[in-house]
Amino acid sequence: MDIPLALAWIRATAAAVEREQARLTELDSAIGDGDHGSNLARGFAAVLPALDALAPASVGAVLTKTGTTLISRVGGASGPLYGSAFRAMGKALPGEHATPAEFAAALTEALEAVRGLGGATEGDKTLIDAWSPAATAFAAHQADPFATAAKAAAEAAAHGAEATTPLQARKGRASYLGPRSIGHQDPGATSTALLFRCLAEAAT
Amino acid sequence: MKKLINSPETVLADALAGFAAAHPELTVDAEQRVISRPARPGVTKVAVVSGGGSGHEPLHGGFVGPGMLDAACPGEVFTSPVPDQVLAAAQAVHSGAGVLLVVKNYTGDVLNFRLAAELAEEEGIETRTVLVDDDVAVEDSTYTAGRRGTGATVVVEKAVGALAERGAKLAEVAALGERVNAASRSFAIALTAATVPAAGRPGFDLPEDEIEVGVGIHGEPGRRRERLRPARELAAEVVETVLADHHLTAGDQVIALVNGLGGTPLLELYLVYGEVAARLAERGITIARNLVGNYVTSLDMAGFSLTLTKADPELLDLWDAPVATPALRWS
Repeated sequence: MDIPLALAWIRATAAAVEREQARLTELDSAIGDGDHGSNLARGFAAVLPALDALAPASVGAVLTKTGTTLISRVGGASGPLYGSAFRAMGKALPGEHATPAEFAAALTEALEAVRGLGGATEGDKTLIDAWSPAATAFAAHQADPFATAAKAAAEAAAHGAEATTPLQARKGRASYLGPRSIGHQDPGATSTALLFRCLAEAAT
Repeated sequence: MKKLINSPETVLADALAGFAAAHPELTVDAEQRVISRPARPGVTKVAVVSGGGSGHEPLHGGFVGPGMLDAACPGEVFTSPVPDQVLAAAQAVHSGAGVLLVVKNYTGDVLNFRLAAELAEEEGIETRTVLVDDDVAVEDSTYTAGRRGTGATVVVEKAVGALAERGAKLAEVAALGERVNAASRSFAIALTAATVPAAGRPGFDLPEDEIEVGVGIHGEPGRRRERLRPARELAAEVVETVLADHHLTAGDQVIALVNGLGGTPLLELYLVYGEVAARLAERGITIARNLVGNYVTSLDMAGFSLTLTKADPELLDLWDAPVATPALRWS
């Protein structure tokens, strides 16, 4: 990954979140409080001008700026969680280029940041259920070209998100529903799948 | 959706502008989205700051003023404030004695306030956090995010506000907040779902003859559905549910809050209060003080919550202390 790819990834994600905010909000209405789409859209809408004003010297600078902006604009749980994920990735990528192995390590750093902040683990029906398989899949392909690894990560994230449907939520607002959270795909895992799909598309 | 708004995107900004116009005695920072008591040079006291999603009015801005909160930061509708906002609120009212953050136990609120507390500490502002988690609808286990914070927030904020006004230290004010929270339990029933302006339709579908039992205040559904029954039966069930978790016995005194969720008329809330008072009297529990009205709402949701806080002479004394805020005022 280089700086233009990082910028393209975030811009594609902003466009995708804007396009799919109604679907994300609908998923969130079923088991949360119905604001995931609008919150993320508000955050990424603020990320775009922040990146335009940035003259990034590293891949990390792009991702750190994205994370900081999300934290200061999104609110809710997704602001701190996604914001910290991007900031952790940014910190791990100080160069102008990142090899697939370095990016794989950064994805793991991000996962650890989310775990540390939210206290969730796999199976709790959160964004971790998409992020964790994505990081694992990316790492498994780190000897391949970046685009190949990104595609594998995107597929793993999509599967991970779908696999949250039968789970009972144990973290976040959906956990208050208990067994009634079963049967609905987690909105956070869904937006994470979107994020990795945009990475794969930007990398090809 | 029928709402008195200009556009879903500007609801909070427009409402804050109106709040500022209605309450010139308070300072409203429209940019940072902070409502605070005006600066008082030379006064050093623990600053009490709270905040959370909008849509719960009068919580939290309505409780800013002498005797209660020093500042409040409203987030977007049903969305916690961002850390920058909480930091701005703390900075606005910090006078050297530290800042007590009163936070409802929702993941978003907890995370954003935690980041804000770190930022404040980096700036040399000492903070303590009181987590309000009074909702017995949620089992407090390691497999959930823990109990939600609901109606007890009002009781906690009133008590800590009064103690801070008397010049107590940060640790003492925080300890009181934790004690009042631990002495409080709440439970809510919804007759209708709330409609978030940005979503444009109710958060969940509820048939005309059904109710959601054990709802929170963010439009999320409750723990189960039941048939609508007479208020006497519903009030009895709510009282029993709260008491089952509360260890109150005959002779105990409580502060009772019958709280409207935003879409229920006072006629019905008073009716419910009467039923609640009768059930408590049967058990020999005395309501020492009460509030009946809309204090911790959920937009236009119809329904009510009951909060019971076990009272002692110290708490009643703090409760009776003067307060002058838009939504709570006595002297």
